[in-house]
Amino acid sequence: MIERTKSILLLALVLCGVLSLFVTNISPYYYDIIIGVGINIILAASLNLVNGYTGQFSLGHAGFMAVGAYFSSWLTLSFGYLLGLGALGTTTAYVVALIAGGLLAALTGLAVGIPSLRLRGDYLAIVTLGFNEIIKGVIQNAEPLGAQRGLGGMAQHTNFFWTYAFAAVTVYVVLSLVHSTYGSGFLAVRDDEIAAEAMGINTTKYKVLAFVIGAFFAGVAGGLYAHFKQFVHPEGFNFLRSFDIVVMVILGGMGSTAGVCFAAVLLTILPEWLRAVAGSPWLPEWLRPIAENRMILYSLLLIILMLTRPQGLFGEVNLKRKKT
Amino acid sequence: MIEFLQQLINGLSQGSIYALIALGYTMVFGVLRFINFAHGDVFMLGAFAGLYTAPTLLKLFGGGPSLAAATAVLLAAMLICAFIGIVIERLCYRPLRERPRLTVLITAIGVSLFIESTGQYVFGVNPQSFPEIITDRAIEIPQSWGAISALTITAGQLIVVGVTLLLLIGLRAIVLYTRLGMAMRALSFNPLVASLMGVNTDVVISFTFGLGSALAGAAGILTSIQQPSIDPLMGINAGLKAFVAAVLGGIGNIPGAALGGVLIGFLEALVVGYINPTYRDPIVFAVLILILLLKPSGLLGKSEREKV
Repeated sequence: MIERTKSILLLALVLCGVLSLFVTNISPYYYDIIIGVGINIILAASLNLVNGYTGQFSLGHAGFMAVGAYFSSWLTLSFGYLLGLGALGTTTAYVVALIAGGLLAALTGLAVGIPSLRLRGDYLAIVTLGFNEIIKGVIQNAEPLGAQRGLGGMAQHTNFFWTYAFAAVTVYVVLSLVHSTYGSGFLAVRDDEIAAEAMGINTTKYKVLAFVIGAFFAGVAGGLYAHFKQFVHPEGFNFLRSFDIVVMVILGGMGSTAGVCFAAVLLTILPEWLRAVAGSPWLPEWLRPIAENRMILYSLLLIILMLTRPQGLFGEVNLKRKKT
Repeated sequence: MIEFLQQLINGLSQGSIYALIALGYTMVFGVLRFINFAHGDVFMLGAFAGLYTAPTLLKLFGGGPSLAAATAVLLAAMLICAFIGIVIERLCYRPLRERPRLTVLITAIGVSLFIESTGQYVFGVNPQSFPEIITDRAIEIPQSWGAISALTITAGQLIVVGVTLLLLIGLRAIVLYTRLGMAMRALSFNPLVASLMGVNTDVVISFTFGLGSALAGAAGILTSIQQPSIDPLMGINAGLKAFVAAVLGGIGNIPGAALGGVLIGFLEALVVGYINPTYRDPIVFAVLILILLLKPSGLLGKSEREKV
């Protein structure tokens, strides 16, 4: 199964490269959505490793995204000139900055994960949310990072190719990890933590590992985002952003990478489509603000989903049965 | 020293509000073992219930701000919030009672966001000014009291602390001396045995939600007396802080929630006064993380052993 996925991803990667060469005069609006879809796929697929496969409910993914976004932006802003060696040099500097952003996010993930993964369920959700707020608070007070004003002036390096290349890498890493012998540990932790521990699995190590890998890709996604929008603001990484990603994972189905990627695509395009619908004349006046406010629909979707189909669209986790 | 006392006074009134909200978290956790994420938003709805009922009630009690009018608004908000809390439990949480906790948690987050975003749609995104239901003024402290006279105490602060104390005493009486209160305690001790002994679980859970939500509604009015600018997202931050307070005091423990609320209020006031206002939220969360790591059962809570 994984071999087939690997070849599909490789094919997709080549296709991305070729496409990015030919598709040059696309309208900025659609380009924005397309890049947004790619970034959300990275975020959702990486969060799925934590929330879906390992069964730990993290509500702070945007915090790690912020770490990556700010660190990579700071790097390209401060040291970009060192590599003023033409296009190749700049691209190298950009990719190095992205990965460095991811690494710092992973390190943050380690620092957050080791203490908080001793908790579970509701507590973990609140603590990760708290860490998200702390990261945001630290950035808001960091003068070199623009504090409350936000940080801008990065060159727009992120393009179609890099976004989808990293999306493919994320999906590949997550899939091959959970389908490997070693990676069954993640599923074991999710399915029954106590039994897993009794079988000699180091549950803490698996949980922290999932957290660190998830944080790494969130950091990369943050870097991609920062170098696409060319401006980042602390409020852009608040818990509502984390929540967006969580909704994608839950809608797609926790523990189903294909489902989660589908949900990421759907939930990125849906608000844009609704915005278009909101402008159309046949819609009654009072419904327009609802169509424009995606959060009303997201939250309703979430409640109805939990009441009727808690495993999500494609999920395999059985959330209907109560664990004893 | 005077400045320190002043910060403590400011912290006490803010802390009372956290305490009232924290009680709702802690009571629901006591009977259902889950965190009602939407609780902070019920607090917000309390403030808006006051905003919409105040004009009518003020007219009823003679037009101007008065104690009677303020009491009426407070009771109206508490009733409305109790009703909302019971409806939320009935529609969203009761069907999920036999499901894993994660499902309920996600639903609770969904309910919270639904209330916030619908609130933005119904009430508008911009902050609105809360009508004056009682005159808030500084209280003169006689010069003869010495250095203490330099303190600023407002009528609003006294009202907040006083009403909180009254509500706490009322709650304690309900929990300790009524049949429903006894049923609540039985349920939080052991739900299965309680239902075997003839406790009607559904009624008790509804009652708990109603009681907690009424307290949150009261907190919504009290906070609006002091800071008369309310918006649909005001419940997020207050709710999170109150949750930290509930955990600090020991979640599931009613006196602990009150103690935790006051302590968090003190902490915030001291951070604002002596460090930097922008560090207020991060430091409160850091406290939460420290408690969960060092003493997850909180200051007054009992630790629970996990069973297979």
